[in-house]
Amino acid sequence: MKMLEIKNLHARIVEDGTKILRGLNLSVKAGEVAAIMGPNGSGKSTLSYILAGKDDYEITEGSITYNGQNLLDMEIHERAAAGLFLAFQYPLEIPGVPTMNFLRTAMNSQRKFRGEKELTTPEFIKLVKAEAAKLKIDMNMLKRPLNVGFSGGEKKRAEILQMALLEPKLCILDETDSGLDIDALKVVSEGVNALRSPDRAVVVITHYQRLLDHIVPDSVHVLSKGQIIKSGDKSLALELEKKGYADIIEAAA
Amino acid sequence: MNMHTTRANTEAETKLVDIYDRFATSLPGDDKVSAAREDAIAALKEFGLPTRRVEAWHYTDLRNLMRDAYEPAAKPEIAEAEKALDAYDWLSGIIRLPIVNGHYFPELVSEVPEAIIVSSLCEGESAFIDGSLEADNPINILNTAFATDGLSMIVDEGETVNETIGIANVFTGDKSAMASARNNIVVCDGASCAFSERHVGLNGLAYTTTSVTNLWLGVGAKARWVIVQEEGDLATHLGQLNVTLGENSELEIYMVNTGGKLVRREINVVVAGENSSLNIRGVNLAGNENHIDVTTVLEHNVPNTVSSQIYRNVATERGNGVFQGQIRVAQIAQKTDAAMACNTLLLSDDCGFSAKPELEIFADDVLCAHGATIADLEESHLFYLQARGIPENEARNLLIKAFLEEILDDMDDEKFAEALVCRIDAWLDARK
Repeated sequence: MKMLEIKNLHARIVEDGTKILRGLNLSVKAGEVAAIMGPNGSGKSTLSYILAGKDDYEITEGSITYNGQNLLDMEIHERAAAGLFLAFQYPLEIPGVPTMNFLRTAMNSQRKFRGEKELTTPEFIKLVKAEAAKLKIDMNMLKRPLNVGFSGGEKKRAEILQMALLEPKLCILDETDSGLDIDALKVVSEGVNALRSPDRAVVVITHYQRLLDHIVPDSVHVLSKGQIIKSGDKSLALELEKKGYADIIEAAA
Repeated sequence: MNMHTTRANTEAETKLVDIYDRFATSLPGDDKVSAAREDAIAALKEFGLPTRRVEAWHYTDLRNLMRDAYEPAAKPEIAEAEKALDAYDWLSGIIRLPIVNGHYFPELVSEVPEAIIVSSLCEGESAFIDGSLEADNPINILNTAFATDGLSMIVDEGETVNETIGIANVFTGDKSAMASARNNIVVCDGASCAFSERHVGLNGLAYTTTSVTNLWLGVGAKARWVIVQEEGDLATHLGQLNVTLGENSELEIYMVNTGGKLVRREINVVVAGENSSLNIRGVNLAGNENHIDVTTVLEHNVPNTVSSQIYRNVATERGNGVFQGQIRVAQIAQKTDAAMACNTLLLSDDCGFSAKPELEIFADDVLCAHGATIADLEESHLFYLQARGIPENEARNLLIKAFLEEILDDMDDEKFAEALVCRIDAWLDARK
């Protein structure tokens, strides 16, 4: 079943009208791990922000269907509660909001929205402890304000922790490998792989093949100038690594 | 230009003088006190209430804003005072010193440790005579003229008091009136204690509170002073805390302003002893059509002292906030380290905030930092929280609370900090 279906998507930046996406088509099935690769400025991060609902962009044409629903009609928090999760390339530092407090508010907001019972404190703590241990996250870190003073690696691990706790249906990883050393990359990748399941889809946005050695994709799509110009299996990523983007972009032109 | 051109008195000014004439003989105090009251009322006649042309009152035109004046509140019956006190939550384990309508009620005081000597200010000798009666000090002028009572307190040398000493100011009654209390408090050498100064009152009734507290910290004394101002929604609150810091003393001041219609809170600190330190953390919330002004003056008069001030403010609806922070560093006060920050969130189109830092530095080897920000909530932060499933309104509230409550994190009395957080939350929740 198709979980995400993007058809002929055109989008521009609201503030200055710059066109970023120009007729993007992409579909991702449940259980699939799709990698989106592309050079700087091709529209990768824009795509991830549009999926999450950031209102800096205007959709001028096309559609996004998520599990049969029109995603563009949904509020940001509704998308999250419906199972869409964006792991940020640059997770925000939010002073004054303790991480634990944030996690609990997020989890219970989503549950409330879905009409599920909210977690009690002991239930919540138990869940966090278990998932934090898997990601080698110190509980003391979670007492600190959200992402404040976290290292690059800690921030990315905190994103994956959020993902594990929120149990989304569609995970979008925006350059999750940036700023990670090899050990952290391994921990983060294992965290993502642990979430792979037949009813969950993952979209991995990345510059490099490196991450895809750890999170092996089912499909690879090349994004250039706001369009998917080539799709293939994991061997496409290896080809890109070897030849660079220029060849493929030229061939597609 | 002649500064003494004839000035027409406002209704409030006329009333204040008239009320004084009628009540002067019934106000407490010996001859010296009476003389001080006369001087104060003479100053009021001469200067009137300050307008925006008085520099220290530039953003709070008291003459314009204070429309009415009321008679000094009569001392309520004990039963009535007790009932009024019971209407408010007070932290348990706190030493409660009640001042109802400007009158101290020793009968209603909870048990006081031996280390504290406390009495009605009226019993003390010439208790009212201090502070300037200049045009820019109407709080002291009004309080000197009209103070009905207050506390005289000494925390004994070398003693540590574990419970918070709570000065519980309550306004009650069904008639508009003026409550004026004055406190003189000495924390002796080496003593250590914590105070709270809370002001509460009824909603829906116009009344005026004037409050002046003079606090002295001796050599090596340590104190925390928490001001919680939650006056009724039509109240005028004019409050002043005057502090003198001795050598090696440490003072922390926390202040939360949530109440009142017209509020001016002044903190004046003379840093008089070497190696002393001062921390001030303030949360000021201006909603409805309220006007809240916080004005601080720090005088670093000796070398090697430290001060740090952080204010977090929220203005919303038609609320208006003011912060004026003056730091003076005397020529001999080398190695002064003074930092001041004032951060404000403006949450509506009709609210306002004015921030004025003033640094007067005459020493050459000092660190003085100041900064002021006025902004709306960070959009990217809101997006991040919403992207995790938190609805916009809730996300906003979470960020506002974080912004305000962050500065209470340093308070080492967790129970008290939590109580303050509750007050702030209640204010925010009332605005949804």
